[in-house]
Amino acid sequence: MLDDYFRHYGLITIFALIAVAIPVGMLLVSTSLSIIGIRPNKPDVVKKSIYECGFETLSKRWSGFNSRFYAIALVFVVFDVEVVFLFPWASEFGYMSSKFGAFVLIEMVVFVAILVVGWLYAYRKGDLEWT
Amino acid sequence: MMEIEILRSGFDFLGIYGFFDGFMPDNLDWLVFLITSVILAMVIINALVISTALLTWFERRMLGRFQSRLGPNRWGPFGLLQPIADLVKLLTKEDTIPEGADKPVFTLAPIVFLVPALIVFAVIPLHGSSFLGRLNIGLIFVIAITSVNTLAIFMAGWSSLNKYAMFGAMRAVAMLVSYEIPMGISVVGVAIAAQTLGLSNVVLAQDIPFILVMPLGFLVFITAASAEMSRTPFDLIESDSELGAGYHTEYSGAKFALLQLTEFMAPVIVAALVTTLFLSGWRGYGPIPGPVWFIIKTFVVLFGFVWIRASWPRLRVDQIMSLAWKGLLPLSIVNLFVIAVEVFIFNPGEAGLSTRDLLIMTGINWSITIIALIVIFNVMGQSKLKRPEPVALPLANMYANTTVSKKATDLAEAD
Repeated sequence: MLDDYFRHYGLITIFALIAVAIPVGMLLVSTSLSIIGIRPNKPDVVKKSIYECGFETLSKRWSGFNSRFYAIALVFVVFDVEVVFLFPWASEFGYMSSKFGAFVLIEMVVFVAILVVGWLYAYRKGDLEWT
Repeated sequence: MMEIEILRSGFDFLGIYGFFDGFMPDNLDWLVFLITSVILAMVIINALVISTALLTWFERRMLGRFQSRLGPNRWGPFGLLQPIADLVKLLTKEDTIPEGADKPVFTLAPIVFLVPALIVFAVIPLHGSSFLGRLNIGLIFVIAITSVNTLAIFMAGWSSLNKYAMFGAMRAVAMLVSYEIPMGISVVGVAIAAQTLGLSNVVLAQDIPFILVMPLGFLVFITAASAEMSRTPFDLIESDSELGAGYHTEYSGAKFALLQLTEFMAPVIVAALVTTLFLSGWRGYGPIPGPVWFIIKTFVVLFGFVWIRASWPRLRVDQIMSLAWKGLLPLSIVNLFVIAVEVFIFNPGEAGLSTRDLLIMTGINWSITIIALIVIFNVMGQSKLKRPEPVALPLANMYANTTVSKKATDLAEAD
């Protein structure tokens, strides 16, 4: 028997390889169907044009970009990093709090409170509004 | 013959491993491992794809029933072969790529979309002695893997050079990213109560299912998860009436089939996750074996998703964003610290929370849940979310701000 660590991640690697093989295989089947002539493949100008309610395409793809997407992305990054830090704390919280007492809890309360203050600031500034 | 032997040994990594290890020489351990993992991965992934196909049939039949019609019933008994007919049709359709599209990214997007959905089941325990659930970072793995779909949706939207696809993809990224936060924080509550990140141990810690112990966490998780899979109350990503079809407007043929497969696979995965995290997984009562309990619970959750889809209209984009940032985020943080304070007070140490502790937590958490929900409803209820009064542009309607009324006689005079 191999080491447990390698067995777990080896299994996940093989899962990943097979998971990649399935969609790739499906696209290959589709391509080979078109080669042997079961699936039609006759592109023309109208078929290859971009769908826009029957119009010809009027403007470029990056026609505009609202800044509120940027604000949401910034708030997301802050809170996502918070979640990353919460996970290891959470799994050890039961053991640690019986050893070190209230310190373990208060430490995380302070950490989250700082972020909640930031969240309140963004709320008051109206960055979470979407109108 | 061989299959029966494998089934008898308990369909599990260790069972299959032991079976092959019995007659292979000792120096070929890596080959035994390879055979075992490939068999296990093939079986689980195929089971997942087949159950997804059955879900599409089930969902269409149930939606038909909800809307007093029959649903697909022609092909096979009760229409059961409908998914196969769909697949054959989609595979034999022409696969067009629009002019000027980013071809490699356009082709890669469905693959990137599907792969994470298939890998998630590598860590979900289906029965008590499961090897799969014992990965010590199972929870983080699931959260990390499932968030890759944001990237795939943006790849699909960006590469197809279509404005509708691009708008759909941008909305999708904003929404998926917003709902990831409450989902992650509500799962942290589970990790605190179970004192572990491995999914098998999470199930073992649930002497009382966590849906009763932390109803607030369950509500936040299931709301955020149904937003993550962008199903009906939250389906503004592909709102047909506004955006064509959102990020997959330009897709057709086999690639469209892959995108749809993943979209229907998401409920299966979320239902399995909800079962593991909140409904005590494979644990059950009576002589019914664990995997059967797991499937029953998953099916109940899936039926709930179909029911929600059948009965709820789509939310507006501003309602969706404020639900994530003003509603679910504070609720999930409240849930997190209530659980943390309770675990701190009970101080379980190495032993884990006892059933008595869990019962007391259940009582406290239900009252806190009700209070928190009432407060949130009052803070962000309908009165605070009024749609802004539409202001007519002067050129949009020249009769808007005047007292002139347009009568049939006016038209006659104009002639």
